[in-house]
Amino acid sequence: MNTLKHIGALVYKDVLIELRSREVIWSMVVFAITVLVIFNFIFDPGTDIMQKTAPGILWVAIIFSSNLGLNRTFVKEQEAGNMQGILLTPMDRSAVFLAKMLANVIFISAVQVIMLPVMIILYDLPVTGTFGLLLLVLFLGILGFASVGTLFSAIAANTKSREIMLPILLLPVTVPVILGAIKSTQYLLSAEPLSKVYPWMRLLIGFDVIFFVVCYLLYEYVIEE
Amino acid sequence: MIRVHNVHKSFAALQVLRGIDFDIQEGEYTALLGQNGAGKTTLLRIIASLSRPTSGEVSINEFSLPKQAEQVRRQMGVVSHDPFLYGDLTAEENLKFYGKLNNLENLQERVLLVLEQVDLSVRRYDLVRTFSRGMQQRLALARALLHEPDLLLLDEPFSGLDFKSSQNLTDLLNGLHAKGTTILMTTHDLDFAITHCKRLLLIKQGKLVKDTVTQNISRDELVTAFG
Repeated sequence: MNTLKHIGALVYKDVLIELRSREVIWSMVVFAITVLVIFNFIFDPGTDIMQKTAPGILWVAIIFSSNLGLNRTFVKEQEAGNMQGILLTPMDRSAVFLAKMLANVIFISAVQVIMLPVMIILYDLPVTGTFGLLLLVLFLGILGFASVGTLFSAIAANTKSREIMLPILLLPVTVPVILGAIKSTQYLLSAEPLSKVYPWMRLLIGFDVIFFVVCYLLYEYVIEE
Repeated sequence: MIRVHNVHKSFAALQVLRGIDFDIQEGEYTALLGQNGAGKTTLLRIIASLSRPTSGEVSINEFSLPKQAEQVRRQMGVVSHDPFLYGDLTAEENLKFYGKLNNLENLQERVLLVLEQVDLSVRRYDLVRTFSRGMQQRLALARALLHEPDLLLLDEPFSGLDFKSSQNLTDLLNGLHAKGTTILMTTHDLDFAITHCKRLLLIKQGKLVKDTVTQNISRDELVTAFG
């Protein structure tokens, strides 16, 4: 019960700071929209090739904009030694991981709320009956990416070249999540039968579970001296 | 209260602490002295449960570290030269945040009380980034006192403070000592240590070279020992 309160306090603090400083979400939004607009200029609207590449473009925008946010995960904790302040309280270390991951999922999802309508309009994407499933795929992809990203941003936060280190560590490891998310999105957007989508979604869910458990267990060791 | 027994700490080949031994009784006001790099902060971090000794034993009120770190953290407040505060939160929000992590009941009352103690009640709705260094340090003390700890650990708490802010902090610490709080502070300010602290521990190159009651040593002797 206390752990839930601690997670609540940590997430509330992160969201409140973001609402005041606007450092993370807006930089992610600007980056994501820029990617969408640039690719939109490359391909002619409504063409077959644009429809085929749209899932890849969507996930490129999500992954690279998320990188910006994930890089900032522990910046506020590094300033003024705040992480030590948190570690000095009698709370379970894993609550910090869960809270940081949850805050990352909230920030990345908030970006999607702005980015997805822009994507639908620019790329003339069909909003069909499987749109709910598309949102689920987005959520699962974000969850897997945020799990690993939170752990790796904790590792990268203690290195000198934090901004470079995170994508180097994160992108190769999350390939299964990225692949599952892109293929699921591709089949959903091209209205393929759901029997083609489900195996990729199962892969996505499987890696989400594996990544979450491994990162949750490893986090305590990462923040140790 | 604090028991430090044969504590060694190494970072790769570098030996920072070499067999530190001492006990601190409840209510003592102790200064941990030493030049830069002597190992004061490393030792304080070990006692604060932020770092593990390479070998040796540390216990606070019979709770041994690192095994019973959670119990130790409940009884301990830490003030560092870093305030552990969020600039984008107000003074009250910062204290409530740490209060929740400390599982405090009657949080609002406790927050108002400690803000009163450090004379920051009128600034409680202001963002911490608008505070002066001295005010941030007083708020850091309020944060450390929020859960009414028996033991207060301070790591160079006066660094960067002007005369008035140092005086305010000194008065606050003297008041806490008078109420029975055990205080262990690292400093290289010999004058402060000899004027206010009751016991002096001097560390040199990772070894405890002097452990004395303040009244048993003159300033000149201390300066000589300090090197």
